[in-house]
Amino acid sequence: MTAVITVPASLDEQSFESVIEALAAIPADAKVLVDARHCRFATPYGLTALLCLAQSREAKPDFAPPDDPDVASYWSRSAFFRYAEELYTMRGTVPKPRAAGDSDVLLEVTPVARNEDVHAIVGRIQEKATQILVQKLDLDPRATMSFVMTLSEAASNIIEHAGRGGWVMVQRYNWAKRRVGRDVVQIAVNDAGVGFRKSLESSRARALADRWDDGAALESAVINGVSRLQDPGRGQGLKGIRGFVHRFDGKLTVRSGTSRIAPVLPDWDEDQARLDGLPPFPGAQLQVIIPKRVARP
Amino acid sequence: MTHIDLHSALAAADAAPYHDLVTRQTGARVRHVVEQQLAGLADGSVAFLDFTHIGVLDRSCADEFVAKLMLPLTRADAPRDGYVVLRGVNDGHLDAIEQVLLAHGLALVVQCGDGAARLVGAVTEVERLLWERVMVTGGAAAEHLEADVGLPPDEASRLLESLARRRLLRRDHDRFCPLGRVA
Repeated sequence: MTAVITVPASLDEQSFESVIEALAAIPADAKVLVDARHCRFATPYGLTALLCLAQSREAKPDFAPPDDPDVASYWSRSAFFRYAEELYTMRGTVPKPRAAGDSDVLLEVTPVARNEDVHAIVGRIQEKATQILVQKLDLDPRATMSFVMTLSEAASNIIEHAGRGGWVMVQRYNWAKRRVGRDVVQIAVNDAGVGFRKSLESSRARALADRWDDGAALESAVINGVSRLQDPGRGQGLKGIRGFVHRFDGKLTVRSGTSRIAPVLPDWDEDQARLDGLPPFPGAQLQVIIPKRVARP
Repeated sequence: MTHIDLHSALAAADAAPYHDLVTRQTGARVRHVVEQQLAGLADGSVAFLDFTHIGVLDRSCADEFVAKLMLPLTRADAPRDGYVVLRGVNDGHLDAIEQVLLAHGLALVVQCGDGAARLVGAVTEVERLLWERVMVTGGAAAEHLEADVGLPPDEASRLLESLARRRLLRRDHDRFCPLGRVA
């Protein structure tokens, strides 16, 4: 029997939790249909997380694409279906990707499995990142390098620690009607690999911890810069990401296993610094949001 | 003085048309290429690593390349007697380099666009002051420098020896000399 997982109409970091929750109730080897027919909106986090979902299943799941042709067309232009068609059995037609024109997609869904993938991402995104960050987000041109470094470090973490390939996507949004009230750029770097807890199993932090779980592992790595390797130079990547996000009034969240932390929380957002006891999801899911710069009085 | 173009080293290391120094894997490969070039130099040589044609440098790559290149050279039993100066470094590069040097307690001489040299990384204010005096004088014996910075003779000598061991100054008999161009 096939279990149906319904993709919410608006798929983002927060609403993907309902997908994970539904998934948690289904045995790992059960056949699953991921039903996105009524989905109308998906963020980079949502799209890349759907690919992770397929990677995490023992049996190749089925996928019902969005009914709305505009939505399906956007998912196609974002290269979601290019990879979804490999990971899912499609139940429905998928539009062919067409040139996007003046798109707000800085980087479409891109796989990260090898060193070369990170170089390709860094090489491809620089020109468009400069254009969007400077013209749309009013950031200093020098912010582009920090932005690209953030992307590079986050993608490198997949190669270094995940044990399997993951996904990256970057998109600009106009969030005038949301609490932040301005344009933002979102980076999602998601994988369905071993996750922070398992990656740090042999670390000193693990040996010294009274209590060891996903939340403790996340805090050790993301906040305290602990790595599985005892080398003072390790842990620099996540430290650099935190610094960049903080400097540009952004938001950083990292989920792994059953926990999620928000080590950088801006004034414009209401979120919890740490959540434990979430339904389990493999690997690590990182999201960065950088808003348009606001001139200080 | 030897000039090592890092864009060429990157091409030799990765055999692909990249111009960014990103990822640990790439950092390690570039380090091996540069180490081979340094191994061919005479003792006491100063090698200028040129970042001019490098786009992005991330911290992981900087750690694997810059920090791990310097760690053996600064040990008491360093495998070779050589010096490294960075040039063509922009603000983005500098941020990544400085952070990884601090993490390892290392420092490096960086030559800025105007040719002036500066010290980057883990150094105390007194060490920096002494180092700057060496740069201004173009090289001097310890006894000529200690008065300038108001340190007891033994302390100044100890710090200068330490700066030389850390490859931030060159020792030429009883004189301590700059690596980069005199400011």
